[in-house]
Amino acid sequence: MPSIKRLETPLTQANLKSLRVGQRILISGFVYTARDAAHKRLTNAIDAKEKLPIPIDGQIIYYAGPSPTRPGEIIGSAGPTTATRVDVYTPKLLANGLKGMIGKGHRTPEVRMEMKKYGAVYFVTVGGAAALISQKITGVKIIAYEDLGTEAIRRLRVEDFPVLVANDLNGDDLFESGRNQYKREQ
Amino acid sequence: MTTINLKEVEHKVNEAVKTINFDTPDANIIRLTEALRTESSATGQLAMQDIVENRRIASERQVPMCQDTGMVIVFADIGEEVQFLNGNLRDAITSGVQKGYQEGYLRKSIVVEPLFERKNTNNNTPVVIHFDLVPGNKLRLTIAAKGFGAENMSWVKVLAPAEGINGVKREVVRAVEEAGPNACPPVVVGVGIGGTIEKAALLAKRALMRNMGDRNQDQRYAKLEAQLLDLINATGIGPQGWGGMNTALDVRIEFFPTHIAAIPLAVNLDCHLQRHISIMF
Repeated sequence: MPSIKRLETPLTQANLKSLRVGQRILISGFVYTARDAAHKRLTNAIDAKEKLPIPIDGQIIYYAGPSPTRPGEIIGSAGPTTATRVDVYTPKLLANGLKGMIGKGHRTPEVRMEMKKYGAVYFVTVGGAAALISQKITGVKIIAYEDLGTEAIRRLRVEDFPVLVANDLNGDDLFESGRNQYKREQ
Repeated sequence: MTTINLKEVEHKVNEAVKTINFDTPDANIIRLTEALRTESSATGQLAMQDIVENRRIASERQVPMCQDTGMVIVFADIGEEVQFLNGNLRDAITSGVQKGYQEGYLRKSIVVEPLFERKNTNNNTPVVIHFDLVPGNKLRLTIAAKGFGAENMSWVKVLAPAEGINGVKREVVRAVEEAGPNACPPVVVGVGIGGTIEKAALLAKRALMRNMGDRNQDQRYAKLEAQLLDLINATGIGPQGWGGMNTALDVRIEFFPTHIAAIPLAVNLDCHLQRHISIMF
């Protein structure tokens, strides 16, 4: 497996170029949470040519809806949700400069094509490891759509947030290559 | 007649929804550790390490293992000789869940109706409750928090009798393959065979409520469970779909008599969390 690499946000084409599928990456900086409902509002705003409540260019969206924060803590449990559900909205965000996404599960062939076209990378982190992942989040601020509750857009400050590269700029796919390597004939 | 105080039921349900979201039973830890030890894929090992470490942190800090703290499902097996005191059973379960989700800082993920406004009920209820009458003077509540990454990838269909055992094998493996990484593997696979379409779905859900590694009492079905586990683990999907040998932790079948014309078949997937508990009153 390729060595561990550190990345800081915002992302640039240059620092994404060397990333390869299966590589462990530790992300530091800001990421923005958004799930289905926030994606719907963001893309509606793009269609209506309205100003977006978050910067998109060079940024990372994390598909996550955290559990409530206990008093005295930074955030509740905040693991990834399934990326496939927001795939219908993703191309419009990619066209507006989105460079990274963190989630779990695979992307549709259409989104993979668009990612390649716009030079964006999809990272995965472990579904159902939310207590562990939350320890890498050092700050939280609700930025937009507060009425959506857990689905509001939050800006998270992360330090060495652990992800794996699932789709790189070459168009390779972790799920395909992983499965092909370990499939046994019955 | 035996009298059961519903205040006690409410209290135990409240405690249970927190426990299942924070703590992992020993049998599950043993199975997860075995999966970590036997995994030969480097990326698969990485996923299993995070999964095992997450259990330790969640239990130690009493925080949810996953931010999706699920929809609550309760199987209420009510003894025919039981009498309830202080209200009704449905309200006691609902109130216990509401209080537990509030006190435990668990995520409220239920919307009022599925299509139009999808407004959150903000208390994680209603609860899906399956009431059943059984002989005796006890009440057994089996309480589960079901995450929807895996629920989303579950289904019911009806096979023709001629499709038989091979048809069931083909369809169960296909369900896991189609779910791929999205159901948060390594998964637990609940299979319901027989009855009618709703009965098959309930059987599959019931199968998920069994303890890790408990085989079907009927040797033929127990053998089929083991065969299905091998077939699923040969797909190469692996932990989180990152490639590897551990795609499922367990396969459990429940069956029921059915009509001469059909094999109703339901596959209900659960993620590796397997959050459920049984309480006897």
